[in-house]
Amino acid sequence: MSVGVVMLVHTALHRAEQVIRHWSAAGCPVVIHVDKNVGRKTYDEFVASLSDLDDVIFSKRHRCEWGTWGIVAASQSASALMLKKFPAVRHVYLASGSCLPLRPIGDLKDYLAKRPRTDFIESATTADVPWTQGGLDFERFTLRFPFSWRKQRFLFDRYVELQRRLKMHRRLPDGIIPHMGSQWWCLTRQTLSAILEDPERSVYDTYFKRVWIPDESYFQTLVRLYSQNIESRSLTLSKFDYQGKPHIFYDDHLQLLRRSDCFVARKIWPHADQLYDHFLNEENPLKGAEPNPGKIDRIFSKAVERRTRGRAGLFMQSRLPRPGHENGFTSAPYSVFEGFTELFEDFEPWLARMTGTRVHGHLYATDRVHFEGNQTTFSGALCDNAKLRDHHAQLFLINLIWNTRGERQCFQFGPTDTQFASWDLAKDPNAQISVISGAWAIPLFQSNRNFSDIRANAAELQRIESEHISALRSSHAKARVRVWTLADFIETPMEALQTVLDEMGAKNLRRVTEAPKMADLTGFGQFLQNLKNQGMHPYLMGDFPADNAPAPARPTRRKPYLVR
Amino acid sequence: MFPVHPSGERPTSGALFAYRMRWKRRRLLYRAWKRRGEVSAVQQRDIPPSGVLVFATMRNEMLRLPFWLAHYRQLGVTHFLIVDNGSDDGGAAYLAEQPDVSLWTTDASYKASRFGVDWLTNLQRAYGVGRWCLTVDADELLVYPDHQTRSLDALTAHLDAQGREALGALMLDMYPKGSVGAVSYARGEDPTHVLNWFDATGYRAKLHPVFGNLWIQGGVRDRLFFGSKPDRAPTLNKTPLVKWRRGYAYVTSTHQILPRKVNDVFETGTGDRVSGVLLHTKFLPNIASKSQEELSRGQHFENSDLYTPYYHALMEEPDLWFDGSVQYEDAAQLEALGLMSRGHW
Repeated sequence: MSVGVVMLVHTALHRAEQVIRHWSAAGCPVVIHVDKNVGRKTYDEFVASLSDLDDVIFSKRHRCEWGTWGIVAASQSASALMLKKFPAVRHVYLASGSCLPLRPIGDLKDYLAKRPRTDFIESATTADVPWTQGGLDFERFTLRFPFSWRKQRFLFDRYVELQRRLKMHRRLPDGIIPHMGSQWWCLTRQTLSAILEDPERSVYDTYFKRVWIPDESYFQTLVRLYSQNIESRSLTLSKFDYQGKPHIFYDDHLQLLRRSDCFVARKIWPHADQLYDHFLNEENPLKGAEPNPGKIDRIFSKAVERRTRGRAGLFMQSRLPRPGHENGFTSAPYSVFEGFTELFEDFEPWLARMTGTRVHGHLYATDRVHFEGNQTTFSGALCDNAKLRDHHAQLFLINLIWNTRGERQCFQFGPTDTQFASWDLAKDPNAQISVISGAWAIPLFQSNRNFSDIRANAAELQRIESEHISALRSSHAKARVRVWTLADFIETPMEALQTVLDEMGAKNLRRVTEAPKMADLTGFGQFLQNLKNQGMHPYLMGDFPADNAPAPARPTRRKPYLVR
Repeated sequence: MFPVHPSGERPTSGALFAYRMRWKRRRLLYRAWKRRGEVSAVQQRDIPPSGVLVFATMRNEMLRLPFWLAHYRQLGVTHFLIVDNGSDDGGAAYLAEQPDVSLWTTDASYKASRFGVDWLTNLQRAYGVGRWCLTVDADELLVYPDHQTRSLDALTAHLDAQGREALGALMLDMYPKGSVGAVSYARGEDPTHVLNWFDATGYRAKLHPVFGNLWIQGGVRDRLFFGSKPDRAPTLNKTPLVKWRRGYAYVTSTHQILPRKVNDVFETGTGDRVSGVLLHTKFLPNIASKSQEELSRGQHFENSDLYTPYYHALMEEPDLWFDGSVQYEDAAQLEALGLMSRGHW
């Protein structure tokens, strides 16, 4: 009879009864505190249902509300009763009605018997832990909290504000240093009785009655005055979410809990029949092992991370981040090429060969979506209907990148395309955008149209592209952007291409051994001069010699190109 | 799977607008109240004091009913409150025999009662106040993360603890491979065994300018039938599970609800919340005859004419499958695909 259990119960009494019988059968006396909010009739029935057990007794009832003194008062009365009625008890284990022993009680007894002077209680100073939520960390010890957080939230908040404004402070009783930690502890008789029988107790109690959430600090603080050996961790496995609310364990956590090796876990969903059946009836094979909550910690911190950060690039019915809070507009890096297909005749197949990525045509073309190989649908349910795409152009891109996680996407873009996504591309840190400005003039140059049409078209395209480039160069742009003018680019096309491919950072990137075939630009300079002569000034392509075909400084050669 | 909302489509706000919405809600409640005489009780049973209640309107759904009831019983629904709109396939008699079903009947116009919403509003007001109410059609099966092991009570306890009043869900059209008329389905069988394919992507959403809910469109019907008029594509967002309060009213089906704050089922910060998926079993083999019937009754949708080509297409028993379709496995798959999320539940 070395371990006694103090159990605080307020709902799911049938489950509590089951667990109490389990403790009792293993030879642990149990003192039960039932919340005063539980009705008289229910309480009497509960007492009657346990009347056959001699070592189970009930303590004086207090009204327990979250964050208030009642829970501490309940622990005090019940612990005092435990120490008085069961003199053989050496360790007192504080548990709740939704706690479930995961390992045989015998294991716990052995474990504690080997550590007869150790107090297991999580106890840390407020300065050192990031647990607290809502800004009330050290202030919970220096302000007064007469109002209920649940029922009188407005008064609670206003009174906190008032005290802050008036710089009101409470004096801490002499000799105590505020500590905090999980409210579920396991203390030795010596320590616990020292706390309960302290001549100064009334001073501490008066002080802590006005502290915010005293159940997380009362014993955690006072234990520092008396304990000879504090092991600052809780033997009860409990996980909290980002708001400080306890995680609930369900049937699907069975394997996880089995592997945790912890002695007791909370909070268990009262209807998790499998958990109760398993842990109350079957022997856990992990006998004698040290509790190892680390495994469970990792899984849960992942869940919390997902909860607070979300899945990058995923927008769904429970997640629609405001602009700027997306944690990534898209889920993976991708490359956008502007002007390359106009300048090079076989750019897309060449790029696909070189990088092994998925290379699309103009995804935002006005006629239809040019997926790779002109497929009508691509990856999931994206179809090539331009109307559907433009109904939500940003979504289209987000979907495409989300659907093809694991494979880099490349696509062409330009002033002939719909521009709905222009700003979104510029702002997306996942985008790598390479632009040959003014390359849109090449198809016009090659076309067989009346010059007045060409002139009007060129003016429009130049306006669109210059708007797009100013987006790329704005202070909001987060994409990796490279812009060449057409004239600059054809000076040294291979260097430029190599830079782009290097930046894509493909690990198995082959050296650029062949160049794509450049369009024939003989007479292009004269074409631009004609536009100028007609009063339309094409400036985005840079300084093109007007006289004759600018023979590229280094003509494209089909010969090996060595980097470094 | 969705984008940020396009500029200029933030939900409208302002005191005057809020006041107009309040009157709209009152009008909806008044409409419903006027129609209180249209339904008459067939079989009223004792409603248990706790647990989730299911509210539904249906007509000729005998094919789906046995599995539908079984599915929701499995999730821990304690009672069904159903309005039968003149079924002649024995469905009403079947429902009246069930120990956990309270049944009402009406022959009034489905369209005039806003597709059954008015009838259900009265029932919700009478029996649902203060409780979690699940409003679903007979061809909708709700799933959510870990629904095999966690009951609806566990879900609602979590929502309560988070201070949430509603759960959002995406309606996911399930369809077979091959012509929709070619499969065989036996009563009581799990429809997802037959309709085991769906579109995993291709959904788009924006904030609804009036009600502030997420307006989701897309999916298979969008892909096949509404490519030329995407604005008309079926709405796929629903808010089926709501902790009901007196004065709440659904606007159109369960897509939107007033007051607007209840539509707030999604996270606008960086995180996300728990959400579910309504598996839509519309495309069972009887879709052709049902479409024929719906077309002739003209009781569906505000602009029935607009949807005529759509119903005609359905009567041809088309093949909805394409090589981008994904085969349905379980709820965990939907979660991994990003069609629903567990938040931090």
